[in-house]
Amino acid sequence: MVDYLVLGDTPHLVAKECSSCGARFFDRRNACAACGSDEGFREVEIAREGEVQAFTIVTFAAPGVPVPFVASIVDCDGTSVRGNIVNVEPDPEHVRLGMKVRLTTVPIGTDSAGTEAVGYGFEPIESGVA
Amino acid sequence: MAEDVWILGIHMTKFGKHPDKDTVDLASEAALAAMKDGGVTIKDMGVLAAGNLMGGAASIGQQIQKQIGQTGIPVFNVANACATGATALRTAIMAVKAGEADMGLAVGVEKLAGAGLLGARNRKPDDDTYQPSGRFGAVVGLDGRVGTESMPGVFAQVGMEYIHQHQYAGAPFELFAKISEKNHAHSTLNPLAAYTKKMSLEQIMGDVMIAYPNTRPMCSANCDGAAAAVVVSDSKLKTLSREQQRRAVKVRASVLTSDPWQEACQVLPDVNTLTRRAATQAYEQAGIGPEDLDLVELHDCFATAELVHYDNLGLCEPGGAVDFFLSGATWRDGKRPVNVSGGLQSKGHPIAATGIANIWEVCHHLRGEAGDRQIEGAKVGLAHVIGLGSACGVHVLEKSAA
Repeated sequence: MVDYLVLGDTPHLVAKECSSCGARFFDRRNACAACGSDEGFREVEIAREGEVQAFTIVTFAAPGVPVPFVASIVDCDGTSVRGNIVNVEPDPEHVRLGMKVRLTTVPIGTDSAGTEAVGYGFEPIESGVA
Repeated sequence: MAEDVWILGIHMTKFGKHPDKDTVDLASEAALAAMKDGGVTIKDMGVLAAGNLMGGAASIGQQIQKQIGQTGIPVFNVANACATGATALRTAIMAVKAGEADMGLAVGVEKLAGAGLLGARNRKPDDDTYQPSGRFGAVVGLDGRVGTESMPGVFAQVGMEYIHQHQYAGAPFELFAKISEKNHAHSTLNPLAAYTKKMSLEQIMGDVMIAYPNTRPMCSANCDGAAAAVVVSDSKLKTLSREQQRRAVKVRASVLTSDPWQEACQVLPDVNTLTRRAATQAYEQAGIGPEDLDLVELHDCFATAELVHYDNLGLCEPGGAVDFFLSGATWRDGKRPVNVSGGLQSKGHPIAATGIANIWEVCHHLRGEAGDRQIEGAKVGLAHVIGLGSACGVHVLEKSAA
Protein backbone atom coordinates (compact mmCIF):
# COMPACT_ATOMS: atom_id res chain seq x y z
CA MET A 1 0.00 0.00 0.00
CA VAL A 2 2.89 2.36 0.83
CA ASP A 3 6.59 1.98 0.15
CA TYR A 4 7.54 2.23 3.84
CA LEU A 5 5.71 -1.02 4.62
CA VAL A 6 8.02 -4.00 4.09
CA LEU A 7 6.25 -7.35 3.81
CA GLY A 8 7.81 -10.81 4.30
CA ASP A 9 7.99 -13.13 7.29
CA THR A 10 7.88 -10.26 9.76
CA PRO A 11 6.18 -7.31 8.11
CA HIS A 12 7.56 -4.03 9.42
CA LEU A 13 7.79 -0.33 8.69
CA VAL A 14 10.96 1.43 7.61
CA ALA A 15 11.83 5.08 8.02
CA LYS A 16 14.46 7.23 6.36
CA GLU A 17 16.83 8.45 9.03
CA CYS A 18 18.95 11.54 8.44
CA SER A 19 22.59 10.48 8.43
CA SER A 20 23.49 13.79 10.00
CA CYS A 21 20.98 14.35 12.83
CA GLY A 22 18.94 11.14 13.06
CA ALA A 23 15.52 12.68 12.33
CA ARG A 24 13.14 10.13 10.85
CA PHE A 25 10.74 10.47 7.94
CA PHE A 26 8.40 8.17 6.03
CA ASP A 27 8.11 10.07 2.75
CA ARG A 28 10.38 10.58 -0.26
CA ARG A 29 12.98 13.15 0.82
CA ASN A 30 14.85 16.05 -0.72
CA ALA A 31 16.77 16.94 2.42
CA CYS A 32 16.32 16.89 6.17
CA ALA A 33 13.63 19.16 7.64
CA ALA A 34 15.18 18.97 11.09
CA CYS A 35 18.77 20.02 10.34
CA GLY A 36 18.77 21.02 6.68
CA SER A 37 21.39 18.44 5.76
CA ASP A 38 21.29 16.94 2.27
CA GLU A 39 23.89 14.31 3.01
CA GLY A 40 21.44 11.48 2.71
CA PHE A 41 19.36 9.05 4.69
CA ARG A 42 19.67 5.46 5.84
CA GLU A 43 16.74 3.08 6.11
CA VAL A 44 15.90 2.01 9.63
CA GLU A 45 13.43 -0.55 10.86
CA ILE A 46 10.68 0.76 13.13
CA ALA A 47 9.70 -1.14 16.28
CA ARG A 48 6.64 -3.30 15.66
CA GLU A 49 5.07 -2.59 19.02
CA GLY A 50 4.06 0.72 20.44
CA GLU A 51 1.72 2.78 22.57
CA VAL A 52 -1.27 4.87 21.46
CA GLN A 53 -0.48 8.56 21.99
CA ALA A 54 -3.64 9.96 20.44
CA PHE A 55 -6.67 8.61 18.65
CA THR A 56 -9.98 9.62 17.17
CA ILE A 57 -12.90 7.52 16.04
CA VAL A 58 -13.93 8.89 12.68
CA THR A 59 -17.64 8.48 12.04
CA PHE A 60 -18.02 11.06 9.29
CA ALA A 61 -15.54 11.11 6.41
CA ALA A 62 -15.21 11.98 2.75
CA PRO A 63 -17.30 9.98 0.26
CA GLY A 64 -15.68 6.62 -0.43
CA VAL A 65 -13.99 6.36 2.97
CA PRO A 66 -15.73 3.62 5.01
CA VAL A 67 -16.60 4.60 8.60
CA PRO A 68 -16.24 4.12 11.45
CA PHE A 69 -12.50 3.69 11.75
CA VAL A 70 -10.02 4.47 14.49
CA ALA A 71 -7.20 6.81 13.44
CA SER A 72 -4.24 7.06 15.75
CA ILE A 73 -0.70 8.13 16.43
CA VAL A 74 1.42 5.34 17.86
CA ASP A 75 4.73 5.83 19.62
CA CYS A 76 6.87 2.94 18.37
CA ASP A 77 9.87 3.07 20.67
CA GLY A 78 10.46 6.77 20.13
CA THR A 79 9.25 7.09 16.54
CA SER A 80 5.72 8.36 15.99
CA VAL A 81 3.72 6.51 13.35
CA ARG A 82 0.32 7.30 11.87
CA GLY A 83 -2.01 4.35 11.46
CA ASN A 84 -5.43 2.92 12.12
CA ILE A 85 -6.18 0.80 15.16
CA VAL A 86 -7.69 -2.40 13.79
CA ASN A 87 -9.20 -5.59 15.19
CA VAL A 88 -10.92 -3.62 17.94
CA GLU A 89 -14.45 -2.33 18.53
CA PRO A 90 -14.38 1.31 17.36
CA ASP A 91 -15.64 2.88 20.57
CA PRO A 92 -14.01 4.75 23.48
CA GLU A 93 -14.57 1.80 25.82
CA HIS A 94 -12.28 -0.39 23.73
CA VAL A 95 -9.75 2.12 22.44
CA ARG A 96 -7.78 3.87 25.13
CA LEU A 97 -4.96 6.38 25.32
CA GLY A 98 -1.75 4.62 26.28
CA MET A 99 -2.91 1.19 25.17
CA LYS A 100 -0.25 -1.20 23.83
CA VAL A 101 -0.56 -2.16 20.19
CA ARG A 102 1.40 -4.09 17.58
CA LEU A 103 1.77 -3.80 13.84
CA THR A 104 -0.36 -6.04 11.70
CA THR A 105 -1.15 -6.25 8.01
CA VAL A 106 -4.54 -5.53 6.46
CA PRO A 107 -5.76 -6.72 3.04
CA ILE A 108 -6.62 -3.77 0.78
CA GLY A 109 -7.75 -5.47 -2.43
CA THR A 110 -6.66 -7.00 -5.72
CA ASP A 111 -6.25 -5.13 -8.99
CA SER A 112 -7.18 -6.30 -12.50
CA ALA A 113 -3.70 -7.76 -13.01
CA GLY A 114 -4.18 -9.92 -9.92
CA THR A 115 -1.79 -7.90 -7.78
CA GLU A 116 -2.77 -7.90 -4.14
CA ALA A 117 -2.38 -4.72 -2.10
CA VAL A 118 -1.53 -5.06 1.58
CA GLY A 119 -1.81 -2.29 4.10
CA TYR A 120 -1.00 -2.00 7.79
CA GLY A 121 -2.68 -1.14 11.04
CA PHE A 122 -2.05 -1.57 14.73
CA GLU A 123 -3.97 -4.10 16.81
CA PRO A 124 -4.31 -4.19 20.60
CA ILE A 125 -1.95 -6.48 22.46
CA GLU A 126 -4.26 -8.56 24.67
CA SER A 127 -5.14 -6.82 27.89
CA GLY A 128 -8.51 -8.35 28.59
CA VAL A 129 -10.69 -5.60 27.17
CA ALA A 130 -10.28 -5.91 23.41
CA MET B 1 13.59 51.27 15.67
CA ALA B 2 10.59 50.92 13.39
CA GLU B 3 7.65 53.01 14.41
CA ASP B 4 4.45 51.77 16.03
CA VAL B 5 1.50 50.67 13.95
CA TRP B 6 -2.16 51.20 14.81
CA ILE B 7 -5.44 49.79 13.62
CA LEU B 8 -7.35 52.80 12.39
CA GLY B 9 -10.49 51.16 11.05
CA ILE B 10 -11.83 47.63 11.09
CA HIS B 11 -14.97 45.75 10.08
CA MET B 12 -16.39 42.28 9.82
CA THR B 13 -19.48 41.37 7.84
CA LYS B 14 -22.23 39.26 9.34
CA PHE B 15 -20.98 35.66 9.25
CA GLY B 16 -23.45 33.15 7.87
CA LYS B 17 -25.09 32.41 4.54
CA HIS B 18 -24.81 35.08 1.84
CA PRO B 19 -26.19 33.31 -1.25
CA ASP B 20 -26.72 36.62 -3.06
CA LYS B 21 -23.13 37.84 -2.60
CA ASP B 22 -19.87 36.57 -4.07
CA THR B 23 -16.42 36.81 -2.49
CA VAL B 24 -15.75 40.17 -4.15
CA ASP B 25 -19.04 41.58 -2.81
CA LEU B 26 -18.26 40.46 0.72
CA ALA B 27 -14.62 41.60 0.59
CA SER B 28 -15.61 44.98 -0.85
CA GLU B 29 -18.27 45.42 1.83
CA ALA B 30 -15.72 44.73 4.57
CA ALA B 31 -13.02 46.91 2.99
CA LEU B 32 -15.28 49.90 2.39
CA ALA B 33 -16.70 49.69 5.91
CA ALA B 34 -13.23 49.37 7.48
CA MET B 35 -12.04 52.50 5.66
CA LYS B 36 -15.24 54.36 6.61
CA ASP B 37 -14.73 53.22 10.22
CA GLY B 38 -11.25 54.75 10.09
CA GLY B 39 -12.43 57.94 8.39
CA VAL B 40 -10.25 57.36 5.32
CA THR B 41 -10.68 56.29 1.69
CA ILE B 42 -8.99 53.99 -0.81
CA LYS B 43 -6.93 56.99 -1.96
CA ASP B 44 -5.21 57.02 1.42
CA MET B 45 -4.07 53.38 1.14
CA GLY B 46 -0.44 52.73 0.22
CA VAL B 47 -0.62 48.94 0.17
CA LEU B 48 -3.25 46.19 -0.03
CA ALA B 49 -2.90 42.64 1.27
CA ALA B 50 -5.74 40.22 0.62
CA GLY B 51 -6.52 36.56 1.09
CA ASN B 52 -9.15 34.11 -0.08
CA LEU B 53 -8.20 30.50 0.38
CA MET B 54 -10.83 28.45 -1.43
CA GLY B 55 -11.27 30.75 -4.42
CA GLY B 56 -8.48 29.18 -6.43
CA ALA B 57 -5.78 31.09 -8.24
CA ALA B 58 -7.74 34.29 -8.87
CA SER B 59 -6.03 37.37 -7.46
CA ILE B 60 -8.58 38.48 -4.90
CA GLY B 61 -6.73 41.73 -4.13
CA GLN B 62 -6.96 43.00 -7.70
CA GLN B 63 -10.56 41.84 -7.97
CA ILE B 64 -11.38 43.95 -4.91
CA GLN B 65 -9.52 46.93 -6.40
CA LYS B 66 -11.58 46.66 -9.57
CA GLN B 67 -14.69 47.27 -7.44
CA ILE B 68 -13.52 49.79 -4.86
CA GLY B 69 -10.62 51.64 -6.43
CA GLN B 70 -7.72 50.91 -8.79
CA THR B 71 -5.16 53.30 -7.43
CA GLY B 72 -2.08 51.43 -8.62
CA ILE B 73 -0.75 50.52 -5.15
CA PRO B 74 1.15 47.27 -4.60
CA VAL B 75 -1.08 44.26 -3.89
CA PHE B 76 -0.05 41.14 -2.02
CA ASN B 77 -2.32 38.13 -2.46
CA VAL B 78 -1.58 35.86 0.47
CA ALA B 79 -2.46 32.28 1.45
CA ASN B 80 -1.62 30.61 4.74
CA ALA B 81 -4.47 28.17 5.41
CA CYS B 82 -6.61 29.31 8.36
CA ALA B 83 -4.02 31.96 9.21
CA THR B 84 -4.56 33.71 5.84
CA GLY B 85 -6.35 36.74 7.31
CA ALA B 86 -3.71 37.24 9.99
CA THR B 87 -1.07 36.91 7.27
CA ALA B 88 -2.73 39.65 5.21
CA LEU B 89 -2.81 41.90 8.26
CA ARG B 90 0.79 41.05 9.13
CA THR B 91 1.82 41.90 5.55
CA ALA B 92 0.17 45.32 5.70
CA ILE B 93 1.73 45.95 9.13
CA MET B 94 5.19 45.01 7.81
CA ALA B 95 4.81 47.41 4.88
CA VAL B 96 3.92 50.25 7.27
CA LYS B 97 6.66 49.31 9.75
CA ALA B 98 9.17 49.24 6.90
CA GLY B 99 8.17 52.78 5.99
CA GLU B 100 7.01 51.79 2.50
CA ALA B 101 3.47 53.00 3.19
CA ASP B 102 1.91 55.05 5.95
CA MET B 103 -1.47 53.37 5.60
CA GLY B 104 -2.47 49.92 4.43
CA LEU B 105 -5.53 47.76 3.96
CA ALA B 106 -5.83 44.05 4.81
CA VAL B 107 -8.80 41.96 3.68
CA GLY B 108 -9.81 38.33 4.16
CA VAL B 109 -12.86 36.70 2.62
CA GLU B 110 -14.35 33.25 2.22
CA LYS B 111 -17.48 31.65 0.81
CA LEU B 112 -17.81 28.43 2.73
CA ALA B 113 -21.51 27.94 3.54
CA GLY B 114 -22.43 24.32 2.89
CA ALA B 115 -18.84 23.32 2.18
CA GLY B 116 -19.01 20.19 4.33
CA LEU B 117 -16.02 18.34 5.69
CA LEU B 118 -12.69 20.06 5.16
CA GLY B 119 -9.30 18.42 4.81
CA ALA B 120 -10.57 15.13 3.46
CA ARG B 121 -10.74 14.72 -0.28
CA ASN B 122 -13.28 12.43 -1.83
CA ARG B 123 -11.64 9.09 -2.32
CA LYS B 124 -11.61 8.13 -5.98
CA PRO B 125 -12.15 4.48 -6.77
CA ASP B 126 -8.88 2.55 -6.65
CA ASP B 127 -7.13 2.36 -10.02
CA ASP B 128 -7.53 -0.59 -12.30
CA THR B 129 -3.93 -1.57 -11.64
CA TYR B 130 -1.97 -0.51 -8.58
CA GLN B 131 0.72 2.07 -9.30
CA PRO B 132 2.76 3.62 -6.52
CA SER B 133 2.48 7.39 -6.55
CA GLY B 134 3.17 10.40 -4.41
CA ARG B 135 5.70 10.84 -1.63
CA PHE B 136 4.68 7.65 0.17
CA GLY B 137 4.56 5.47 -2.94
CA ALA B 138 0.90 4.80 -2.14
CA VAL B 139 -1.10 2.53 -4.44
CA VAL B 140 -4.46 3.60 -2.96
CA GLY B 141 -5.93 6.66 -1.17
CA LEU B 142 -4.59 6.80 2.37
CA ASP B 143 -7.34 8.78 4.13
CA GLY B 144 -9.12 6.25 6.32
CA ARG B 145 -6.49 3.58 5.64
CA VAL B 146 -3.55 5.28 7.33
CA GLY B 147 -5.26 7.44 9.91
CA THR B 148 -7.35 10.45 8.97
CA GLU B 149 -6.82 13.57 6.92
CA SER B 150 -10.08 15.24 7.95
CA MET B 151 -9.77 18.34 10.09
CA PRO B 152 -12.16 17.18 12.86
CA GLY B 153 -10.13 13.97 13.15
CA VAL B 154 -6.73 15.64 13.10
CA PHE B 155 -7.70 18.14 15.81
CA ALA B 156 -9.46 15.44 17.83
CA GLN B 157 -6.07 13.74 18.07
CA VAL B 158 -4.40 17.03 19.02
CA GLY B 159 -6.72 17.33 22.04
CA MET B 160 -6.48 13.65 22.96
CA GLU B 161 -2.69 13.82 22.81
CA TYR B 162 -2.73 16.70 25.31
CA ILE B 163 -4.90 14.93 27.86
CA HIS B 164 -2.81 11.79 27.46
CA GLN B 165 0.44 13.69 28.04
CA HIS B 166 -1.02 15.35 31.10
CA GLN B 167 -2.72 12.24 32.46
CA TYR B 168 -6.24 13.57 32.59
CA ALA B 169 -8.27 10.93 34.42
CA GLY B 170 -11.78 12.20 33.65
CA ALA B 171 -14.07 11.65 30.67
CA PRO B 172 -12.58 13.41 27.63
CA PHE B 173 -15.85 13.68 25.72
CA GLU B 174 -17.60 15.65 28.46
CA LEU B 175 -14.58 17.87 29.08
CA PHE B 176 -14.32 18.96 25.45
CA ALA B 177 -18.10 19.32 25.11
CA LYS B 178 -18.04 21.77 28.04
CA ILE B 179 -15.65 24.01 26.10
CA SER B 180 -18.13 24.05 23.25
CA GLU B 181 -20.97 24.77 25.71
CA LYS B 182 -19.09 27.92 26.80
CA ASN B 183 -18.54 29.21 23.28
CA HIS B 184 -22.13 28.55 22.20
CA ALA B 185 -23.32 30.40 25.32
CA HIS B 186 -21.05 33.34 24.46
CA SER B 187 -22.40 33.50 20.90
CA THR B 188 -25.89 34.46 22.07
CA LEU B 189 -24.58 38.00 22.61
CA ASN B 190 -22.95 38.33 19.19
CA PRO B 191 -25.36 39.44 16.46
CA LEU B 192 -22.72 38.88 13.76
CA ALA B 193 -22.19 35.20 14.64
CA ALA B 194 -23.41 32.53 12.23
CA TYR B 195 -25.08 30.60 15.07
CA THR B 196 -26.34 32.36 18.18
CA LYS B 197 -28.14 29.50 19.88
CA LYS B 198 -27.26 28.47 23.41
CA MET B 199 -26.67 24.72 23.56
CA SER B 200 -26.80 22.50 26.63
CA LEU B 201 -24.10 19.94 27.35
CA GLU B 202 -26.65 17.21 26.60
CA GLN B 203 -27.49 18.75 23.21
CA ILE B 204 -23.83 19.07 22.30
CA MET B 205 -22.96 15.53 23.36
CA GLY B 206 -26.10 14.12 21.77
CA ASP B 207 -25.49 15.72 18.38
CA VAL B 208 -23.97 13.90 15.39
CA MET B 209 -20.51 12.51 16.17
CA ILE B 210 -18.02 13.59 13.51
CA ALA B 211 -14.69 12.39 14.92
CA TYR B 212 -14.67 11.36 18.58
CA PRO B 213 -14.67 13.37 20.78
CA ASN B 214 -15.84 16.14 18.42
CA THR B 215 -19.56 16.24 17.63
CA ARG B 216 -20.92 18.63 15.02
CA PRO B 217 -21.42 21.67 17.29
CA MET B 218 -17.86 21.15 18.56
CA CYS B 219 -16.53 21.77 15.03
CA SER B 220 -16.04 25.20 13.48
CA ALA B 221 -19.03 26.34 11.49
CA ASN B 222 -18.54 26.67 7.74
CA CYS B 223 -20.01 29.96 6.61
CA ASP B 224 -19.53 33.00 4.39
CA GLY B 225 -17.93 36.19 5.61
CA ALA B 226 -15.27 38.84 5.23
CA ALA B 227 -13.25 41.11 7.47
CA ALA B 228 -10.93 44.02 6.74
CA ALA B 229 -8.64 46.33 8.66
CA VAL B 230 -6.88 49.62 7.94
CA VAL B 231 -3.48 50.04 9.57
CA VAL B 232 -1.66 53.32 10.00
CA SER B 233 1.78 54.44 11.12
CA ASP B 234 2.20 56.28 14.41
CA SER B 235 3.43 59.44 12.73
CA LYS B 236 0.55 59.50 10.23
CA LEU B 237 -2.00 58.89 13.01
CA LYS B 238 -0.70 61.98 14.82
CA THR B 239 -1.83 64.07 11.81
CA LEU B 240 -5.40 62.72 12.00
CA SER B 241 -8.34 63.91 14.09
CA ARG B 242 -8.66 63.48 17.85
CA GLU B 243 -11.58 61.13 17.29
CA GLN B 244 -9.53 58.94 14.93
CA GLN B 245 -6.71 58.88 17.48
CA ARG B 246 -9.10 57.99 20.29
CA ARG B 247 -10.61 55.04 18.45
CA ALA B 248 -7.34 53.75 17.02
CA VAL B 249 -6.09 50.52 18.59
CA LYS B 250 -2.37 50.05 19.08
CA VAL B 251 -0.71 46.94 17.66
CA ARG B 252 1.56 46.03 20.54
CA ALA B 253 2.74 42.83 18.87
CA SER B 254 2.36 41.24 15.45
CA VAL B 255 3.91 37.83 15.01
CA LEU B 256 3.77 35.09 12.40
CA THR B 257 5.50 31.73 12.84
CA SER B 258 5.70 28.41 11.01
CA ASP B 259 6.19 25.03 12.65
CA PRO B 260 9.74 24.19 13.66
CA TRP B 261 10.65 20.54 13.19
CA GLN B 262 9.62 18.26 16.02
CA GLU B 263 9.80 14.49 16.20
CA ALA B 264 6.19 13.73 15.28
CA CYS B 265 5.26 16.89 13.36
CA GLN B 266 5.05 15.25 9.94
CA VAL B 267 2.91 12.44 11.39
CA LEU B 268 0.40 14.52 13.37
CA PRO B 269 0.58 18.27 12.74
CA ASP B 270 2.21 20.01 15.71
CA VAL B 271 0.02 23.03 16.43
CA ASN B 272 1.68 23.60 19.79
CA THR B 273 5.32 24.52 19.25
CA LEU B 274 4.69 27.28 16.71
CA THR B 275 1.91 28.74 18.86
CA ARG B 276 4.18 28.73 21.92
CA ARG B 277 6.90 30.48 19.95
CA ALA B 278 4.49 33.04 18.54
CA ALA B 279 3.10 33.74 22.02
CA THR B 280 6.56 34.11 23.55
CA GLN B 281 7.63 36.51 20.81
CA ALA B 282 4.37 38.46 21.10
CA TYR B 283 4.66 38.91 24.87
CA GLU B 284 8.27 40.03 24.42
CA GLN B 285 7.35 42.54 21.73
CA ALA B 286 4.40 43.85 23.74
CA GLY B 287 6.30 43.95 27.00
CA ILE B 288 3.39 42.31 28.79
CA GLY B 289 2.46 38.84 29.99
CA PRO B 290 -0.63 36.67 29.65
CA GLU B 291 -1.80 37.87 33.08
CA ASP B 292 -2.29 41.34 31.57
CA LEU B 293 -4.82 40.20 28.97
CA ASP B 294 -8.42 41.30 29.44
CA LEU B 295 -9.67 39.02 26.67
CA VAL B 296 -8.38 36.44 24.22
CA GLU B 297 -9.77 35.29 20.90
CA LEU B 298 -8.04 32.01 20.10
CA HIS B 299 -8.35 29.51 17.28
CA ASP B 300 -11.00 27.08 18.53
CA CYS B 301 -11.46 25.41 15.15
CA PHE B 302 -12.57 22.40 17.23
CA ALA B 303 -13.36 22.10 20.93
CA THR B 304 -10.31 19.84 21.21
CA ALA B 305 -8.08 22.63 19.89
CA GLU B 306 -9.16 25.33 22.35
CA LEU B 307 -7.86 23.36 25.32
CA VAL B 308 -4.29 23.02 24.06
CA HIS B 309 -4.04 26.70 23.20
CA TYR B 310 -4.79 27.76 26.81
CA ASP B 311 -1.46 26.15 27.56
CA ASN B 312 0.32 27.21 24.34
CA LEU B 313 -0.57 30.87 24.91
CA GLY B 314 0.58 30.68 28.51
CA LEU B 315 -2.87 31.47 29.89
CA CYS B 316 -2.48 28.68 32.46
CA GLU B 317 0.28 26.86 34.29
CA PRO B 318 2.20 24.47 31.99
CA GLY B 319 0.12 21.30 31.74
CA GLY B 320 -2.76 22.93 33.60
CA ALA B 321 -5.22 23.63 30.79
CA VAL B 322 -7.91 21.28 32.10
CA ASP B 323 -7.95 22.71 35.63
CA PHE B 324 -7.76 26.22 34.20
CA PHE B 325 -10.83 25.61 32.05
CA LEU B 326 -12.77 23.82 34.78
CA SER B 327 -12.13 26.75 37.13
CA GLY B 328 -14.38 28.84 34.89
CA ALA B 329 -11.56 31.25 34.03
CA THR B 330 -12.34 31.34 30.31
CA TRP B 331 -16.05 32.13 30.57
CA ARG B 332 -16.89 35.78 29.87
CA ASP B 333 -17.24 36.49 33.61
CA GLY B 334 -14.02 34.62 34.42
CA LYS B 335 -10.58 36.06 35.00
CA ARG B 336 -9.36 35.39 31.43
CA PRO B 337 -12.34 35.46 29.03
CA VAL B 338 -11.67 33.38 25.90
CA ASN B 339 -13.72 33.59 22.72
CA VAL B 340 -16.45 35.91 23.97
CA SER B 341 -17.42 36.25 20.29
CA GLY B 342 -18.64 32.66 20.37
CA GLY B 343 -15.47 31.43 18.71
CA LEU B 344 -15.20 29.53 15.46
CA GLN B 345 -17.66 26.92 16.70
CA SER B 346 -20.58 29.35 16.71
CA LYS B 347 -19.44 32.67 15.24
CA GLY B 348 -18.21 30.67 12.25
CA HIS B 349 -14.97 30.14 10.37
CA PRO B 350 -14.88 31.67 6.88
CA ILE B 351 -11.24 30.68 6.67
CA ALA B 352 -9.41 33.69 5.26
CA ALA B 353 -11.64 36.16 7.15
CA THR B 354 -11.07 34.58 10.55
CA GLY B 355 -7.64 36.07 11.26
CA ILE B 356 -9.00 39.61 10.88
CA ALA B 357 -12.41 38.95 12.43
CA ASN B 358 -10.66 37.89 15.65
CA ILE B 359 -8.82 41.21 15.67
CA TRP B 360 -12.09 43.01 15.05
CA GLU B 361 -13.62 41.34 18.10
CA VAL B 362 -10.73 42.40 20.33
CA CYS B 363 -10.72 45.97 18.93
CA HIS B 364 -14.47 46.20 19.47
CA HIS B 365 -13.98 45.59 23.21
CA LEU B 366 -10.91 47.83 23.53
CA ARG B 367 -12.89 50.68 21.95
CA GLY B 368 -15.75 50.02 24.36
CA GLU B 369 -18.13 49.42 21.47
CA ALA B 370 -19.05 45.77 22.05
CA GLY B 371 -22.54 46.48 23.40
CA ASP B 372 -24.15 43.64 25.33
CA ARG B 373 -21.05 41.49 25.28
CA GLN B 374 -18.60 44.24 26.25
CA ILE B 375 -15.85 43.08 28.61
CA GLU B 376 -15.87 46.05 30.96
CA GLY B 377 -12.72 48.10 31.08
CA ALA B 378 -10.85 45.98 28.53
CA LYS B 379 -7.45 47.54 27.80
CA VAL B 380 -5.35 44.73 26.29
CA GLY B 381 -6.36 41.72 24.22
CA LEU B 382 -4.78 38.95 22.19
CA ALA B 383 -5.91 37.35 18.93
CA HIS B 384 -4.53 34.00 17.79
CA VAL B 385 -5.04 31.92 14.66
CA ILE B 386 -3.44 28.83 13.33
CA GLY B 387 -3.48 27.39 9.85
CA LEU B 388 -2.48 23.78 9.36
CA GLY B 389 0.63 23.25 7.40
CA SER B 390 1.39 25.23 9.58
CA ALA B 391 1.25 28.98 10.24
CA CYS B 392 0.42 30.81 13.45
CA GLY B 393 -0.49 34.47 13.83
CA VAL B 394 -0.60 36.23 17.18
CA HIS B 395 -1.49 39.89 17.64
CA VAL B 396 -1.55 41.80 20.92
CA LEU B 397 -3.70 44.93 20.88
CA GLU B 398 -4.02 47.83 23.26
CA LYS B 399 -6.62 50.52 23.79
CA SER B 400 -5.58 54.02 22.85
CA ALA B 401 -4.57 56.32 25.70
CA ALA B 402 -5.75 59.35 23.70
